[in-house]
This record gives sequence, structure tokens and C-alpha cells, in this order.
Amino acid sequence: VKASPVHASPAKASRAKASRVKARTALLGVGLVVVLAVIAVFPLVVTNTLDTQFAVLTLMFVAAVAGWNLFSGYSGYISLGHAVFFGVGAYTVALLTEHWHLNGGQIFELIPLGAVMAAVFSVPVGLVALRVRRHTFVVVTIAVFFIFQLMAYNFGFTGSSNGISTPFFSWSPTTYNNPFYYAAFVLAVAAVLLGWAIRGSRFGLQLLAIRDDEDRARGLGVRTWRVKLTAFVISATVVGAVGGLWFIFIGQVLPETAFDPNLDLSIALMAFLGGFGTIAGPVIGALILEPLQQYVKLQFTNGYIGQIFLGLLFLLVILFLPRGIVPTVSERVTSLRARWQRRGQPPPGAGAPAVARPQAAGAPEASTETSTETSTGSVR
Amino acid sequence: MGRGLYEAITDGILGGGVYALMAVGLTLIFGVLDIINIAQGILVVLAAYLSYVLSVHLHLDLFLGLLITSPAMFIIGITIYWAFIRPLRGRERTSMSLLASYAVAIIIEGSLYLIFGSNVVNLHAWYVTSAVKVFGFYLPYIYLFGFALAVALVAALYLTLYRTQFGRSVRATMQDRTAARLIGIDVNRVAAITFGIGVAVTAAGGMVFGATGGGFNPNTGYDLISRLLAIIILGGLGSIGGAMIAAIFMITLEGVVDWFWSPSWSVVVFYAALVLVLAFRPSGLLGRKAARAQ
Repeated sequence: VKASPVHASPAKASRAKASRVKARTALLGVGLVVVLAVIAVFPLVVTNTLDTQFAVLTLMFVAAVAGWNLFSGYSGYISLGHAVFFGVGAYTVALLTEHWHLNGGQIFELIPLGAVMAAVFSVPVGLVALRVRRHTFVVVTIAVFFIFQLMAYNFGFTGSSNGISTPFFSWSPTTYNNPFYYAAFVLAVAAVLLGWAIRGSRFGLQLLAIRDDEDRARGLGVRTWRVKLTAFVISATVVGAVGGLWFIFIGQVLPETAFDPNLDLSIALMAFLGGFGTIAGPVIGALILEPLQQYVKLQFTNGYIGQIFLGLLFLLVILFLPRGIVPTVSERVTSLRARWQRRGQPPPGAGAPAVARPQAAGAPEASTETSTETSTGSVR
Repeated sequence: MGRGLYEAITDGILGGGVYALMAVGLTLIFGVLDIINIAQGILVVLAAYLSYVLSVHLHLDLFLGLLITSPAMFIIGITIYWAFIRPLRGRERTSMSLLASYAVAIIIEGSLYLIFGSNVVNLHAWYVTSAVKVFGFYLPYIYLFGFALAVALVAALYLTLYRTQFGRSVRATMQDRTAARLIGIDVNRVAAITFGIGVAVTAAGGMVFGATGGGFNPNTGYDLISRLLAIIILGGLGSIGGAMIAAIFMITLEGVVDWFWSPSWSVVVFYAALVLVLAFRPSGLLGRKAARAQ
């Protein structure tokens, strides 16, 4: 491949590629700004309280799924027990609100405490659950989930099966949802940024290495246990904060709604639909599924039909889109672009072997691009 | 002390037999297919409802009804395997199959709610209501019959696994899927039949559970699956003997805590025992040491 005729071509190609990458980054930046702006003005334009209520829940799910993903998606350890941290966050905020007799906007200040409490609880849970490998991990998280739900039912201070309610906010009903909306927005942006920062860091690479081959990662010097536990705690913190906000929004916490097995399943489904372990995947999954779920819930007053619908949807995603939207689409785009590039070049055998050579050099170039694409956008 | 404790222990051992049967099905599926069938709990409930329908509408004896419900559950198991588990490919296969079976579980749960509602249902027969006196307390016959049935079925499973050609191919597949394929075992067929058998045992399990427990409704599936998962992990995933021992141990422990302390805490103790065991022995009581993680 070191033949001289090729010499000029790769340099040109790499320059072209650099400018393409710059253009793509600019486009991505503009797109992000537009999306954020749209989300920011949404409640000012759409004033129907039902719509804004859907939007608040959707943004909460964006935050929760992004939080879940930065542990489960990156490390490959699927947790079906994150509702524990959601519930701990919700109960922490609820109990403190009740204890300090807070009302009004002050309650929002308790959300960080909910997050901290979730982090505190996640340490012992992680210490036990992360001793085992993947299959068992899923099951242990489910078991821990049931322990917590039962404790919420059994302890007196959690209000048992009556739960705890918030004091009523005397805000204007038309803009009632807005404070929640912006709080959820902040959480969602923070969670996604956190996921993005971790993804690009050394820590994130260690997590991905664990996902690919844990024994080899350890052989290469990754302190797998510590890395996994750290990610687990960070992830629990995010979900705990969402739980706290959720309590203030819904106004009531009950053992079966704070520790809800369907929450775990919804979160996992959204992450899988969007693209497990990607940055944009959880956001897309939550943006598609949560409004859909709310809509179905509204259409069928019988909750069981909604549940059957969720299950069917899950099966469809697993069977037909197992890798999720983001990886599938980005791969499709890359292959299209590669085909388009190939068409732009002279067809093979159109001239002397010297002309055919750049073609041969072009193929690896396309494939390196594929790999950078997948390492920034998605991981398989 | 005394009578209450005896009663708790007897209940635990006899009830544990049924859990052992259901857990063996679950751990067998894990051993061969490397997947955890989250739907096992709700399938037990489904089987119990099938028995209920047969006994209420066709006035069929509960034990006779098993001749219909067992093949039905076997077919349901094979269908689930062919439709949702077999098509899964790729690296996340095991995690995906777990989620797929979870999805199947919530679909079945939702359907059962639609059909039967959330009322708690009990199975009835003469041996459920009349009792025999043991150690000074009354024990309904169904506990004894159910335990006998569970022991017979576990023994039959054991014999099938260790004394037949099919059992040999199942064990070979459990040990090394690739090598099993190389020596000419139709691994897909073995997997499908194993899944079917693993689900078919829920017919007997569901019937006995429905007749001995405090009744059931579609929500009972969660309770069952969480206990079964705890049992098979405690016993060591894929270990049939471990599942049997763990089932008896856990259910007896629960019964004793129930009597000694309070029913609302016995379940917490149950899971706490699991967490404690895992903290010291991550591979369970009789589990093989975990091979390379994939």
C-alpha cells in the first residue's frame, strides 16, 4: 500500500475528512442549541396543563434514563433495581418536607438531599450487588428492590401503605407545571452532560472496557470493582434526584408508586429503544416512549391494557430493533455515506492499476471513519 | 416454643417442596440456555388459574387437571422460547432474553387481570379443607399430597437428567454448548424442550401453590418470582441440588421468622439472607465458580 501514486490521495482525504468533521460538529452544535431552545420555550407556548404535565414527566424520564444509562449502559450491568434510588429520593424529600413543615418553593431545595440520600443507600447495595457477575447482578438488584418496597410498607415512619403527601401549592393553575418543568429540564440536561463527560473520560473508557470484557479489563489494570461502584453511585444519585422531584410533582408518595417495578422496566426499555450505552439514545428513547405511555394511559382508563401495551412494545423493540435507534441509524448513515463516496470515485478497473490503488486506499479510510463514528456516537 | 415451631418447620419443609419444584424448572432453564426466565412467577400463577378454571367450570379434580395443564404449560413454554427467546442474537443476548421474559411476564399479568380481575382466588377440593393431625396440630391433606407430588416430579426430573439419553444431552449442553453441538447434539431442540419442561413444572407448582397458599391473584407473580430468584441464586445458578436445598431452607426460614417475629418481616429476612450469603459466597451455596464473564 506504500506505492507512490497513493501518496497524495490520503493527505487530501484526511484534509477533506477534517473539514467534514468540523462541519458535522458545527451542525451538531446548532442542532443542540435549537433543541434546547425549543424545550426551554415549550411551556411558554403550550399552555395546556395536560401537555405540560406530559412534558414534565418526559423530562424526568430523560434524566432518569440518562442516569441509569451512565452505569448500566456503559458497564453492561443491567440494573432492574434503580427504582430503589428513585424511591429513596422521593421518600427523603417527603419525610423532610413533613418533618420541617415546609411548603412552597422551599421544597425544591430538598432535591439535592434526596440525591445524596440515594447515593448513601446505593453504596451498600452496590457493595453486595457488584460482587456478582452480570446475570446474577440483575437478579440481586430485583431482590434488593423488593426488600426496599417491603420495608416502605412495613416501617411506620414511611406512612406504611398510606404514604406521605405534600402540602398543596397555591400557585396559579395555568402555570402550575412550569417550576417542575424547568427543574426537570435542569436535571435532564445535567444528567445528559454527566453522561457525555463520563463517556469521553478515562473513567468512561474503563466502564466500556468492563462492558466489552471484564476479565481483560482487569488484566489491563482497570480496578473494575471500584469503577463499577463509582458509576453505580453516580447513577443512583441522578435517579434519586429525579425521585425527589417526582414526589413534589405528584404530591404523594406510596410504597407501590415510589418502588414501582414498571419504572425499572420503562427505564430499561427507553434506554434499549434509543440505544443502550449511547449518549443520545436514552434521550431519544424517553422522548418517544414516555409521551406514548402517557397517551396510552389516557386512552385506556383500564391500566392493564397500558401494561400489556408496554410489554408488547418491549418485545417488538427487543426482536426488531435490538441495538436501538441511535446505533442502527448511525450505522445506516455511515454505510450510505460510504456507498456515496465509492460512487464518487472512478469505478474499479476503469484504468491502470495505479488508478485503482486509491480506491483500495479509500476503503480503509471509510472503515476508520466507521470506527470513529461508532466510538463517538455509539458502542456496539 | 413447641407446637408453633414444629408447625412452622413442617409448613416450611412441605411448602419448600413446591418451591423446589418451581425453582428446579427455573434453574434448569438457566443451566441450559444461560437465561433467567423472569416469567416463571407469573406462569405459576397462570397455571394456577388454569387449574382454577378446570376445577370450577369442568369440576375436574385438581390432580387430574394436571394431565391437561402440564402439557398446556409445556406448549406455552416452547412457544415463548420459539417466539421470543430463540430469535435473540448478539452480544447482549442473555440480558435481552431476561428483559424479553420480563416483557412476557407483564403481558401475561395484564391479560390475567383483564380476564380474572384482582380478586384473590383459592383452589378448592376436599383435601384442601380437611386436615390430618400431626404433632398436635392440624395439617390439610393438600400439604402432604402436594409435597409428595413435588418430590415425585423432582425425582422424575432427576432421573430424566441422569438416566436417559435426552438427559445426557441436556447435561452436555449445560456444560459446554459448543462442544455439545460438535458431538452431534441438536442444541436448539434440547434448549426448546428444556424450556418447555422448565415451564411445564409450573403446572404442578401452580396448582399446589394455589391450594396451599393464602390464595392468589395476578399480582402474586411478583412475589413468586422474587422468591424463586432468591432461591436459585442462593442455591447457585444452574445447580439443581442447590435449588432444592435452598428452597427448603428459605421457605422454612421464612416460616420460622413468621412465627417467631412477624409475617410482615419474614419476607425481608428472606431477602436479607440472600444478600448475606452473596456477600460471603457470590456463586451461591452449591454454585460452580463463575467462569469467564462474557
